[in-house]
Amino acid sequence: MNVPARPVGIVGYGAYIPRYRLPGTEISKVWKGTPSPGPVKEKAVAGLDEDVITMSIEAARNALARAGISPHLLRAVWVGSESHPYSVKPSGTIVAEAIGALSHIQAGDWEFACKAGTEAFAAAMGLVGSHMGDYALAIGMDTAQGKPGDDLEYTAASGGAAFVIGPAENSLATIDAHYSYVTDTPDFWRRADQKYPEHGQRFTGEPAYFHHIASAARALMDAAGLKPEDFRYAVFHQPNEKFPNRVARQLGFKPEQTKTGLLSPLIGNTYAGSSLTGLTAILDEASPGDRILLTSYGSGAGSDALIFTVQEALLERREAAISTQAYIDRRTEIDYGTYVRYRTKIVLG
Amino acid sequence: MENNQSDVVIAGIGQTPVGERWDVSLRELAAEAILPALKDSGGLKPDVIYIGNMLAASASRQANLGALLAEDVGLNGIEAVTVEAADASGGAALRMAYMAVVSGAVDVALAVGVEKCSDVIGSRFETHLSQMLDADYEAAQGLTPISLASLLFNRYLYENAAEHSHFGGFPEVAHANAVSNAHAMFRSPLSGEHYQAQAQQSEKTLTIYDLAPFADGAAAVLLTREDKLPRDFSHIPVRVIGSSLVADSLSIHDRNTPLVWDAARISIERACRSAGIMPKDLNFFEYHDATSLHAAISLEMAGFAPIGKGWTLANPAGIGLQGQIPGATFGGLKARGHPLGATGVYQAVEAALQIRGEAGKNQVPDARVGLIQSLGGMAATAVAHVLSY
Repeated sequence: MNVPARPVGIVGYGAYIPRYRLPGTEISKVWKGTPSPGPVKEKAVAGLDEDVITMSIEAARNALARAGISPHLLRAVWVGSESHPYSVKPSGTIVAEAIGALSHIQAGDWEFACKAGTEAFAAAMGLVGSHMGDYALAIGMDTAQGKPGDDLEYTAASGGAAFVIGPAENSLATIDAHYSYVTDTPDFWRRADQKYPEHGQRFTGEPAYFHHIASAARALMDAAGLKPEDFRYAVFHQPNEKFPNRVARQLGFKPEQTKTGLLSPLIGNTYAGSSLTGLTAILDEASPGDRILLTSYGSGAGSDALIFTVQEALLERREAAISTQAYIDRRTEIDYGTYVRYRTKIVLG
Repeated sequence: MENNQSDVVIAGIGQTPVGERWDVSLRELAAEAILPALKDSGGLKPDVIYIGNMLAASASRQANLGALLAEDVGLNGIEAVTVEAADASGGAALRMAYMAVVSGAVDVALAVGVEKCSDVIGSRFETHLSQMLDADYEAAQGLTPISLASLLFNRYLYENAAEHSHFGGFPEVAHANAVSNAHAMFRSPLSGEHYQAQAQQSEKTLTIYDLAPFADGAAAVLLTREDKLPRDFSHIPVRVIGSSLVADSLSIHDRNTPLVWDAARISIERACRSAGIMPKDLNFFEYHDATSLHAAISLEMAGFAPIGKGWTLANPAGIGLQGQIPGATFGGLKARGHPLGATGVYQAVEAALQIRGEAGKNQVPDARVGLIQSLGGMAATAVAHVLSY
């Protein structure tokens, strides 16, 4: 269990979910010939003029609004994603400049499949917790790539969240403890020259998702001396609707603890943004004193588990930015052809 | 063909849980079955190991399993070799072990079935699996074992005026029996409604509920002659009283009729004849239910139902543990899982448990004589054994 020397917390948070929605039936109509439902109802799709950088900027502005601090106070801007627009050229510097952060800071990108966001989050905890800076911005954001016709196309979605991490005394929710669990488990990958990732089908289940999430969550709860009933909320990485529900059940959580943070049925799997976006939905409704467990999962593979306790300041500051639910409600349905155009699935020469 | 009242007995059995065993390799899986089988015998050491396996050479890129497995379980220096007959490989390995012991060539023989299907995934697995068909005339046309079985199913329904809904009892009984089998892959009941909904949607083709899951698993059976059993042998010795392996045309189009599987029929006739029994003397029949069609045809070939009427037994009164001819007593291929080259040895382990009276909740009442049959592909190879009290 990792607890920073200096107590830290979430000082500001903000989500961003693009407005376009592609229903699963649109995909099955094209690839299966019948409009049968997919593993989630629909997924959020970034528009023509959106990418991980623009969406990160949106989420970061929301986080800064709730933090109520000047961007000049940020000591780091870190973006975790598996769909950075550039292979070489950081997203972090563009985001930092766009939100008005200063030049003498850390800025860069994190990569760990769907765990890239919480990896950035843990680094920000370390930076603040070690007094190297007072505030750091950690973002998990993706425009996830699903190969046309692949099972993952139904869920691979766009969206994510940003967090200003800072001193616990100025936080909306304290970060009480962190634990990370990683192994070399090749369940899902994309080589540098590939457009779409490959996956090991059911191998992505038991030995990958379930093993890592359960290992991380159990170890952290044991170390912290806490049980599932000690938490008001829990949120897990959400590649679909079934997996997070099953792992929650395995760990002993009840549906009323997980329903608020379970967004995949409505927006799909936002990869590096997935569990973090769920956390923003929880913070939108949580009350002071509520304890929250978050456990991410990234293929390749690993999980970060985090425990938060909501503080009084949340009540004053959460209205300072648009809620996650408002983003979910802001919905424009598109057809498969529009999706293909928006996500540049057709390569024109 | 042997005509004997052989004193070949099953001295030890071992089996692993069937499923997607991502965390173990082929050799670990085999050891998980072999070591308990040796222990179960009270310490007998085999003179020879016959390994039933279909896919290791292509899917796991591992040939020469005899050397691999003998060393892995600490039996360097003994005779050990792979036997391959598609998904009848396990039955074929058992047949070799039986012949080695009954002939007097060796005193103790170990039949091991092992398959590590999950070393390949997705459509690549279908490519490996389709090796059980005729590569030139069937697989090259895009046929897979499942699609071929489904085409035959379509023909079966047409010829026999049967309906898809009639076959639901096969998977339902299999799943019901697997619930209490700790080694089974699917330990949950299958509701008739689920089956019928799918059958209604796919009137003429097999659905997922008709198909046994290809899975990882290993099973082992140690054979010896009764006089070689340790003095303190703690089980009822299960005798192998009939054994037969028959090969038919590999391609369906080379057979007189696609829905009469001669090798399946003849292997049972020969095994029962060498055992000196008639099929009506059998207390149970572990058939090769790779698909619901395989189950129906197997029952027909064994004479339990007229040709084209095997599905009439697809209900608890027909094949349930208390039924006319109990089958899939531990879940069968459908619910215990189908680890290809290991399946035939699983059948022997399960039949031994029945006859020993150690089958627990899966016990067939008064199980004294049982038939097991393993089919390779559409019964291009058929292996039958009769086991007795």
